[in-house]
Amino acid sequence: MATVLEVSVRVGRRSEAVLLAIAGAIAIAARAFVDANAGPGIDGSLAVYSAAVVAIAAAAHVLVRLKAPDADPVLLPAVFALNGLGLAMLRRIDFAYLDRGRDTSFAQTQTLWALIGTVSALIVVAVLPDHRLLRRYTYTAGVLGLVGLLLPLAPGLGREVNGARIWVSVFGRSLQPGEFAKIAFVIFFAGYLVSHRDTLALAGPKVLGIRLPRPRDLGPILVVWAAALLVQVAERDLGASLLFFGLFVAMLYVATQRISWVIVGVGLFAVGAVMAGTLFSHVGARYDAWLNALDAEVYDSGKSYQLVQGLFGMASGGLFGTGLGDGSPTLVPYAESDFIMASLGEELGLTGLMAILSLYLVVVQRALRAAIGVRDGFGKLVAAGLGFAMALQLFVVVGGVTRVIPLTGLTTPFLAYGGSSMIANWWGVALLLRISDVARAGATASATAARVAR
Amino acid sequence: MSQLSVSLLRLGFLVLLWAMVLVAIAVLRSDLYGTRVTSRGKGRNRRARHDGRANKRAAPSRASTGVRPGAVSTRAPAVAHLAITSGSLKGTTVPLGASPVLIGRAATCTVVIEDDFLSARHCRIFPEDGRWFVEDLGSTNGTFLGNQKVEDPVPFSMGERVRIGATTVELRA
Repeated sequence: MATVLEVSVRVGRRSEAVLLAIAGAIAIAARAFVDANAGPGIDGSLAVYSAAVVAIAAAAHVLVRLKAPDADPVLLPAVFALNGLGLAMLRRIDFAYLDRGRDTSFAQTQTLWALIGTVSALIVVAVLPDHRLLRRYTYTAGVLGLVGLLLPLAPGLGREVNGARIWVSVFGRSLQPGEFAKIAFVIFFAGYLVSHRDTLALAGPKVLGIRLPRPRDLGPILVVWAAALLVQVAERDLGASLLFFGLFVAMLYVATQRISWVIVGVGLFAVGAVMAGTLFSHVGARYDAWLNALDAEVYDSGKSYQLVQGLFGMASGGLFGTGLGDGSPTLVPYAESDFIMASLGEELGLTGLMAILSLYLVVVQRALRAAIGVRDGFGKLVAAGLGFAMALQLFVVVGGVTRVIPLTGLTTPFLAYGGSSMIANWWGVALLLRISDVARAGATASATAARVAR
Repeated sequence: MSQLSVSLLRLGFLVLLWAMVLVAIAVLRSDLYGTRVTSRGKGRNRRARHDGRANKRAAPSRASTGVRPGAVSTRAPAVAHLAITSGSLKGTTVPLGASPVLIGRAATCTVVIEDDFLSARHCRIFPEDGRWFVEDLGSTNGTFLGNQKVEDPVPFSMGERVRIGATTVELRA
């Protein structure tokens, strides 16, 4: 038996300022490279962009200082750096498409989304005094999540793109409600599990050495979860169903501390994956394109064309990359969304890609650390859920692009083109900031008290 | 621009990226190493002897300095904290600051314990005149300091245990 005691916790607002400055420098430098190498050269627009980056970073820093003074100092800068890199890469892809005669404005649209995302996240931090308030809306969140998932199936509202029906058109813009549903479900799972974890873990019959919960304890959450999975299968959204399944199992594990859930979850997943592969032709094609990606037959038929082009792109990037603006990322279809990691891998090389993944690692670690530090069960589950969701989502995307697992479409948080993903992920960061503020507040308060007493 | 400077700039950007990562990790170090693991029970004394750092940090004894033990400390004085020694939050420690600590099932409490035998706002631990007090907030199943049922605020001194529901809370230095 041992207890872990924090000897000194630095508030770290100064570290955050330094890190934000580096993050801003990354965002501005990336755009400068893109403009100089692929675009019209460095001109006045860069100055405007730089001013905007500095202004937003400063505003975010001041707001966090005022409203969440003990929040984690690393979270915000890491996300800023990722966001800046993503925007620069999208601008680079715009230029590449322009060279090939296709006029796109990914960067412009995404800059707007990033702005909305950042500002709304800051508003969440400012308005939400305590994450525990969200626990009141446990079931509301569950219903909202389900409705959000169902919206694309509504006739007239939903839009089908490339076989997946996961978009809705609102005011001429297409939104992906599934991204918001992810956050809603994290809140629902957390709120439900925190009230029922004891009965889930302790009551119920024991089968094969695994304690199964009673149906009435697990029922509501199982219904919501099964409905979510069914809807996503109907919408042919493979990646998202995988994400939801993993999120559910992980949160159940965190809540009940029973490793048996992980074993059961992985087993169910294996069964589901094999069944989906044999039952649905589009899933079977994904397996084929993954296992035999480099077969001439599969490649020529176009099944693995995108995947292999992505691999070629990353290979031509090598260790240090071709340099931002000097590669040809648009040879890969959907270089701006699903394959943004391949685009970044080509132009920044393995070194750059590893740095990007390390930044994600830092964000995920901070989320899990906040979960350990915070004292209420709801906050623990929300933070762990958000952190795990980001880690799993990234694994599914990067694993798919690098041919570790079959390719499924999911957005890369903060990097890929897509407004819903950008805004929803920023909200997630806002929640994490809020939870980490609560988690570190007690420790820093007593450290300050100690300093005063001395 | 010459080829060399282009390459240098390109590598410079990668260095900038890694600088971000490394500075971030440097900031996180306080979280990785800024903790002290205290083991309890049997292993405690044995470990303390073998742990060189613990010896170095120990306050000089009275014999060597002539100072009353505890009057001077070589590092930041250990703040009082609550250690939860049994129940669902077993092993958790809660640092105590200048503000009262509310224990109960309600989400608004400082220490939220999921225990069916606890009231929503069960008891309060608060500092006054440099001492700690524990007070029952009209809980259904009561708060016990040792074997004594607590109603009005009673002094809660170091090493004493408060029992609420299935949870035992100990005040430690």
